[in-house]
Amino acid sequence: MIEGILVEGFIYGIMVLGVFITFRILDFPDLTVDGSFPLGAAIVAILITNNVSPFLAMAVAFGGGAIAGFVTALIHNKLKVPNLLAGILTMTMLWSVNIRVLGNKANLPLLRQDTVLTKVTDMTAGFLPQAWAVLLFFFLVTILIKVLLDIFFHTDLGLTLGAMGNNQQMVISTGVNPEGLKIIGVGLSNGLVALSGAFAAQYQGFADVNLGQGIIIAGLASVMIGEFIVRSNRIGILTLRVVLGSIAYRGIMYLGRYYGYYIHLTPNDLKLITGLLIIVSLIITKTRTGMRWNRKKIVANGAPSVPGPPEREELEAAEAVPAGKAAPAGGSVKNAKGVSAT
Amino acid sequence: MIRLEDVTKVFHPGTVNENAAISHVDLHVNEGDFITIIGSNGAGKTTLFNLVSGNIPPTAGRVFVNDVEVTKDAEYKRARYIGRIFQDPTLGTASNMTLEDNMMISYRKGAKGLGISLNSRMREFFREKLIPLKMGLEHRLKDNVGLLSGGQRQALTLLMMVLSEPELILLDEHTAALDPKNARVVQDLTMRFIQDYHLTTMMITHNMHHAIQYGNRLLMMDKGEIIFDVSGDEKAELTVDKLVAKFHEIRHDDLSTDEVLLAKNV
Repeated sequence: MIEGILVEGFIYGIMVLGVFITFRILDFPDLTVDGSFPLGAAIVAILITNNVSPFLAMAVAFGGGAIAGFVTALIHNKLKVPNLLAGILTMTMLWSVNIRVLGNKANLPLLRQDTVLTKVTDMTAGFLPQAWAVLLFFFLVTILIKVLLDIFFHTDLGLTLGAMGNNQQMVISTGVNPEGLKIIGVGLSNGLVALSGAFAAQYQGFADVNLGQGIIIAGLASVMIGEFIVRSNRIGILTLRVVLGSIAYRGIMYLGRYYGYYIHLTPNDLKLITGLLIIVSLIITKTRTGMRWNRKKIVANGAPSVPGPPEREELEAAEAVPAGKAAPAGGSVKNAKGVSAT
Repeated sequence: MIRLEDVTKVFHPGTVNENAAISHVDLHVNEGDFITIIGSNGAGKTTLFNLVSGNIPPTAGRVFVNDVEVTKDAEYKRARYIGRIFQDPTLGTASNMTLEDNMMISYRKGAKGLGISLNSRMREFFREKLIPLKMGLEHRLKDNVGLLSGGQRQALTLLMMVLSEPELILLDEHTAALDPKNARVVQDLTMRFIQDYHLTTMMITHNMHHAIQYGNRLLMMDKGEIIFDVSGDEKAELTVDKLVAKFHEIRHDDLSTDEVLLAKNV
């Protein structure tokens, strides 16, 4: 049981890393994910059944997902379609594409095929039980991807991508084309999601066009659960908590599936639970920030022994900004808005 | 260095909301100029900046930088030699990233690669540059920028812009959203940077005293036109009263009904 949760947590963790990039770093809610996840599964399944090396098939799956991401970003950039709608468009189109990829079938079994997993278990057959070999493999793969992402977000390009979701004007001010960054970010994200789908297909032993249903919500729930674990602004911690959140989410789903019948839950209720999980996360996050705010106020007003100036200035900052925005004194804010509307 | 030729900007053309924000403006900004710009709300000051920075394309007319036409260049391309600071202190920095990340991103303008430039040498360099701000920011390189006050953020934005070595800087009432004390600090800092780095500057202000006190050239805008362009000795001898009289002379309109005068006592 525990290794099942962990394996699923790691496999889907790769997908959650992708969702984290779009939702949290780019601030680009990207629904392509529901289509690029089964796309990865479909690509890997069709290539493996046609005797292509499973490792090459994985690379192609990543590329396919990345292209799906490019398409979404291009629709958004060039046609000025809102990012949500652009994602839905690509996702819908991908459903047909995925069936084509699978050879006009809705699913494709991978039984008795040479997959990445059979290669791994063959290699470790002598000294590791199969289940633990699979777990170790996915642990290493997910950690490798996490570390590569950490390094990427320390590069000049990665740093700029990090500023993108927060302040697009700043990215423009540093002479970088935000459209290009969106293509890179959404492409990378969907590449990871497709890679995750490809692993999932090999782990489950089949690819199915409906594999992607609700993936985006599962990813979002995992990201949010992870955010409860630890608070940080370091990218290494942020990606780590994404993976931990994914494992925690799979654990909760596992409990729902196997012990839910005690309270008359069926597997059909899992989507409802996922949705409620997100809502509860949002509520907790909201009350939490409210509490922190109050505490800070008390400190600033009451206790002079605390290093005063920075605390007080923080408060001023938080208050000054909306005041500045509201002030009719200058036309700049108003004009900037008018410009973006035209 | 920057030249606008017969530039016009009409918003919502062909609708009832049609609004000529800038009409037939010719302007030549010389290298080393420090231009202050005044005018009431809706006079077109910010639109002028948007046209110079490439944030919006002109309806008609052409924009040149060092005699190269850039009318069609996107804002991010022009940003490589034009620095701009907004009134809103949150627009210049990414609040959920650290000071050092922010400084690194803006340090080198243009397309970014996969190199890792932020190392201990860069950190030391940033720390050195932060010390003259006298805000203690040199000890907070690892703090998120969102924790800084508006004044600190605006000072940081200013420093980041200066370090990227722009040829022209646009200051759009960049102290207006700050409290008086911080506004003074940021304004003094601005003046020091402009002198130390010999920056060609255009500065929008609502404060007539600032407009007169700073810079070598003053533009007065009204209804999308530059109605008064003064520099050199004539600029040096300006007073608020002379400026008000000048507006009256040009527009045959009483400036006292205008918001510009409200700013006179600020």
